[in-house]
This record gives sequence, C-alpha cells and structure tokens, in this order.
Amino acid sequence: MSPTVAVVGASLAGLSAARALRAQSYGGRIVVIGDEVHAPYDRPPLSKGFLAGTASLDDIALSAPDDEDLGLEWRLGTPAVGLDRLGRSVLLDDGSEVRADGVVLATGARARRLPGSEGLAGVHVLRSLDDALALREDLAAGGRLVVIGAGFIGAEVASTARRLGLEVTVVETQPVPLAGPLGAEMGAVCAELHADHGTRLLTGTGVAGLAGTGRVEAVELTDGTRLPTDVVVVGIGAAPNTEWLAHSGVALGNGALGNGVLTDERGATNIPGVVAVGDCAAAWSAPAERHVRTEHWTTALEQPATAVATLLGAGEPAPTPVPYFWSDQYGARIQFAGSRREGDVARVVEGSCADRSFLVAYERDGEPVAVLGMNQPRLFTRWRRQLRSPVPTPC
Amino acid sequence: MIPVCPTTALPPGEAIRVEADEPIAVFNVDGDFYAIDDTCTHQDASLADGWLDGCAVECPLHASCFDLRTGKVSGPPAKIPVRTHRVVVQDGMVYVQPGTPADGAA
Repeated sequence: MSPTVAVVGASLAGLSAARALRAQSYGGRIVVIGDEVHAPYDRPPLSKGFLAGTASLDDIALSAPDDEDLGLEWRLGTPAVGLDRLGRSVLLDDGSEVRADGVVLATGARARRLPGSEGLAGVHVLRSLDDALALREDLAAGGRLVVIGAGFIGAEVASTARRLGLEVTVVETQPVPLAGPLGAEMGAVCAELHADHGTRLLTGTGVAGLAGTGRVEAVELTDGTRLPTDVVVVGIGAAPNTEWLAHSGVALGNGALGNGVLTDERGATNIPGVVAVGDCAAAWSAPAERHVRTEHWTTALEQPATAVATLLGAGEPAPTPVPYFWSDQYGARIQFAGSRREGDVARVVEGSCADRSFLVAYERDGEPVAVLGMNQPRLFTRWRRQLRSPVPTPC
Repeated sequence: MIPVCPTTALPPGEAIRVEADEPIAVFNVDGDFYAIDDTCTHQDASLADGWLDGCAVECPLHASCFDLRTGKVSGPPAKIPVRTHRVVVQDGMVYVQPGTPADGAA
C-alpha cells in the first residue's frame, strides 16, 4: 500500500500543506479531511467583500486550476474526532478512519462565543462561510448593529455594515482597541477610523448580557447602558480546535503556553510523524522564548512548507518569518509586520496620523523591530522587507 | 502607445503605475523594462507598490508573486495570471502598448 499523509483541516493551512507535500516531491496519497462541507476558501474576505456582497464564492475559493494536479483525496464535511497514534490513524465522525504514515494537524480555530448567547436569533460570530452567509442575510435587513469587541474582525464588520447603511455601535472592554497588537498609542489612532465614518465606539465597558426572547433586542453593558439593536456580532477572539486531540497523546498547551498544539520551530509535535500548522499550532519561538500561537493568514500560508519538510525528514534550519497581518477598514488599508513588545517606541517616519496616511516604525534600542502602515503600501513593503532577509531570484 | 516617463525617471528596481483603461505597472529590472496589469488578480492591490525580486513582483498585500516576463503566477494566493504589455523604449522615453502582450509572453 502506498504511503499516506493525512492533512486534518481543509482551509489555508491544510491546503498549503498539501501543496507543500507535492512541491517537496512527496508521491504518496494525500487525504485532506475537513469539517466544513465547502472546498477551501479564503477567510479574510468574509468580513469585507464577501460580507458586503461584492466578492462571490468563486472569488474567494482558494483552489487554483493547478491544484487538480495535486491528486488530493478530499474528505469534506467529516470532522476528525480522534487521533490514534499507535495505529497511526485519524478517526472521523462518520465512524470511518484514515490510516496514515504522517499526519498534518491543521484544524484551525473557532470563534469564541458570548456565554448566554446560545439560541438567540440575530447574534452572530464570524469565522466560517456559513457564519458569513447568515450574517449577510441579517445585515441586509438594515437597522442597528452592535459589535462586541473592537479587534480587527469587529472593526471590519463595523466598517462593512456602515457601508451597507446600518447604524453601528462597537463595544470594547479595553480602554483602547487594538492595544495588544499595535500598542495603545497606535491602537487609538486606528480606532479613530470608527468616528470618522459614523460608527459609535464605546470603550472600557464590558457586556453584562443580551436581552431578548427568541431574538436579540438589546445589549446590556456593565456600566448600565442598554443598547437596543437588531443584530449583534461577537468578535472576541478565537480558540484552537484541539479538543479532538485530548486523548491522542499529542502535547497541548494551556493558556500560559500559547494554547494550542505544541510544536518546535519546525512544526514537529511530541509525536513522530505528526506535525501541526496554522491557527491550531503553538510553535516555539526563540525570540519570544515561549510557544506562540499565531492566527495570521500569512502564517497559515507559509508555515506548512517548513512543517512538511520536517514530516518528510528534511533537516534545513527553520526560517525566521516576520509576522505580518493586514486589515481593511473604512477604505483604509492597515498593514503591520514584525514583533512589537511593550516599551517599543512608535515613531512616525512618513505621513501623519491626522491624514490617515502614515508609516510608523516601532523601535527598540534604536533599531526598528516592527512597522505599521496606514494607506502606505509601497513604503510599508520596503520596510517589511528590511525586517526580513531577502532571497533574490535570479532572472 | 502610451508614454510612461523618461528612462531616467524609472531607475533599476523601481516601478511606476500608469493610468490606462486598466492601470498598468511598468518595472525596471536592471535596465530591462516590463509592463503588466497593475491590479493584483487576487484582491485589490497595486503591483507597482509591490516588491521587485529579480523578474518577479510580490504583491504588497498578500505576497502573491507574478513573473514580469509572462504574467504567470509564481507564488500563491493568486490563481489568475496578469496580462503583460509590450514596452517600447525610444529616444530615452518609455512607452507601453496596452493590450499587446510582451514579446515572448504566453
């Protein structure tokens, strides 16, 4: 029987792993297992163009025509429920199993929900295509929207909803949105986009509960404010899909360790022949001196090549990628690259915050360690490049 | 033909965006000029703002790579190639012929 690699997870990280296997000359079977019935699709547009109705399902499909040549066996709509490490098989919820010589864990993460919101119509999270379709339908009716959480997903949904003509309020527990990724100073600058475009932003206040019977009618805040609304979107982060591995022997982190499948810098888990990539993986980071679970799209795209090399027994040193993410809100393009820590100094090196067009370098001991751009893609790209080592391609 | 700029205004390693029916990006790779559609086929971003790496340009938004000579995708997430356009250099001026593929392009 020919060797088999099971890729558990059929989103960007899983598809990238399958592509990387073939790119690295793996000739055996590749079985890609996905819990959703949909073929791989791109998630970032779900809060933007797809939610607005300007991007179609075809537009956001991840598979390229060349992917036909990969010869993948798809098991979509069948969630994995267990991993038997001795038998080397992945157990699926339909009772079947996929025996494999190597396993790539790429099960991603799911949106955290607000406790007590179950069963209340009009309350949404946004992670999957089905989530986006349901939200799109509710937004089409117009009216009022409350977004809980002013992170990137929340801000993008607010932006799209404003464009669709809804009256939008964003509620954030922290005093400043995006202070975690961008620092308080620049988080505040980016959050000004809300007011620029007629979105009300309430910070420093938590959600006490949702009111309504059958359908949500209002969001009640801890400061006593009651926000009547027609639709609620909860954007309070994501949790890795690792419960199915509970009895597998695969080492999982807890909150302090980064909360996901623990891997080394090259994607290896504690079990030989099993690697993990993407949102579900907490990879060891030498600079951070801890396991870090990264939910960036770019990580899901790039990390699988290294993990697959590990799986196939190649021994090149792990690359040191520069984390990168972007967000499109209210027509503004926000891009961030690098590793920022508290204490790094943000310095405007081009443009101005007031003009909503700037480039900010974060400096530590006088050296740039991260860069943030708003509506400065060209300059941002050059700075981002300086943060990573260039690999020139000869003509 | 659309005049782009004097050759001296587009030094090696640089790119310029040209307004046409569909915007075009013109690149100087070590003295050779290439022109392709400026808008990335993946999502809305200007390739003239991208990073030039040999004969490939990397999209500034999601790092899709396109071969400047053929317009073909050389790195995901883009799935669809960009069109190439013929570049003519005459009397120190760079021109593009929109809709005429570059010589040797597929």
